[in-house]
Amino acid sequence: MGVIHVTDREGVRHTLEAVEGWRVMEIIRDWGLPIEGLCGGACECATCHVFVAEEWLDKLYPPTEEEEDQLDTVVTRPNSRLSCQILWTPELDGLEVTLAPTGG
Amino acid sequence: MTDNIETDVVIIGAGPVGLFAVFELGLLDIKCHLIDILPKIGGQCAELYPEKPIYDIPGFPMVTGQGLVDNLMAQIEPFHPSFHLNEMVESVEPLGTPEAPLFRVKTDAGTTFTCKALIIAAGGGSFLPKKPPIDNIEAYEGTGVFYAVRHMHMFKDKKVLIVGGGDSALDWTVNLQPLAKRLTLLHRRDVFRAAPHTVEKMRSLVAASEMDLHLGQVVELKGEAPLLESVVIRRDDNTTFEVECDVMLPFFGLTMKLGPIADWGLNLRENLIPVDTEKFETSVPGIFAIGDINTYPGKLKLILSGFHEGALAAQKVHRYVYPEKKLLFQYTTSSSSLQKKLGVAA
Repeated sequence: MGVIHVTDREGVRHTLEAVEGWRVMEIIRDWGLPIEGLCGGACECATCHVFVAEEWLDKLYPPTEEEEDQLDTVVTRPNSRLSCQILWTPELDGLEVTLAPTGG
Repeated sequence: MTDNIETDVVIIGAGPVGLFAVFELGLLDIKCHLIDILPKIGGQCAELYPEKPIYDIPGFPMVTGQGLVDNLMAQIEPFHPSFHLNEMVESVEPLGTPEAPLFRVKTDAGTTFTCKALIIAAGGGSFLPKKPPIDNIEAYEGTGVFYAVRHMHMFKDKKVLIVGGGDSALDWTVNLQPLAKRLTLLHRRDVFRAAPHTVEKMRSLVAASEMDLHLGQVVELKGEAPLLESVVIRRDDNTTFEVECDVMLPFFGLTMKLGPIADWGLNLRENLIPVDTEKFETSVPGIFAIGDINTYPGKLKLILSGFHEGALAAQKVHRYVYPEKKLLFQYTTSSSSLQKKLGVAA
């Protein structure tokens, strides 16, 4: 078992127990933090947009073209990722992400 | 005064669950009209993932979102449902009693319906343009910020900033460029997911200095609201610059919002509509909610759950539409009367 750290939109940092094989979006949603995940993890909506802490960026698989296309539909930063496209493995123990703001 | 449409049932949402409800209602001789905010039939299946394979529809080892919609359309064809696309239901007014419900339903296009039951199969809500999270953007909406182009002439001789990299952004870039005083396209990266000839056209306009292309993200709107004067753009390296513009058109695709449903007097829980699991009726008799938009203990947001919910809701709807008739439960495999309705009777 391991954990991920998630900073919510109020700036509060939560430490969540992670589950191997779950998408980071699913872990965040399961713990009840406000992440929409409208399309259910199909990489079709970008409502699970997060900012990944710099030191973790290189440890993730790079985004697919499909994920880049979806990131085109939100206001990104260089460390933007879709959390439904990050599969949690023990190597990601301690992963640090921040929930991106939601539009109106 | 527009003509009022009288029907048994109005279904809000033409996604898979709304479509299958037509079938279940049709078997019970109940007529319906469907309303959807999208210009096409199929809801999320058609809008978000038409090409994505789905593996958990009973009887289909694999079917794409669009394939499922096409099959459902073929399945409900015998019942000739009427579709009202590109319309959003704005208001629902109760006219009847709990025992004999009657509703007046009105859309934003001015269409009105009178119906004995209303089925909300609206999934995640209404598809609406995704708004970028920029401070105070609401203050400029309708004057300096537009999420759609209704009349091109509104942008004549204006300094126009288009944001996005998909088909809408690129199409409007090449269409508005000849009209605008100056057109700027802003996107987060130098890759565009749009028709290649449109991208090429944009590139040639940039090469000829007839428009500008910038890479970055809008982080601030400037100007005495509601008048937009310029936007601040952040590059990937965190430096910023300003672009003057009278109007900004963000084309970030669609998202789903509950919208006017919140104002119809229904009990809601976290943007979902609680229902019972016998009839899938809401807190208002005669209004049902099926599919992703409802909630009850054990709810699973699966298309197959929505199909089941529609079948059960139809039984109760029958009592409202035909209060005098006893409902006989029948199978399509053996009932000649059902087969007749389906147009397959021997």
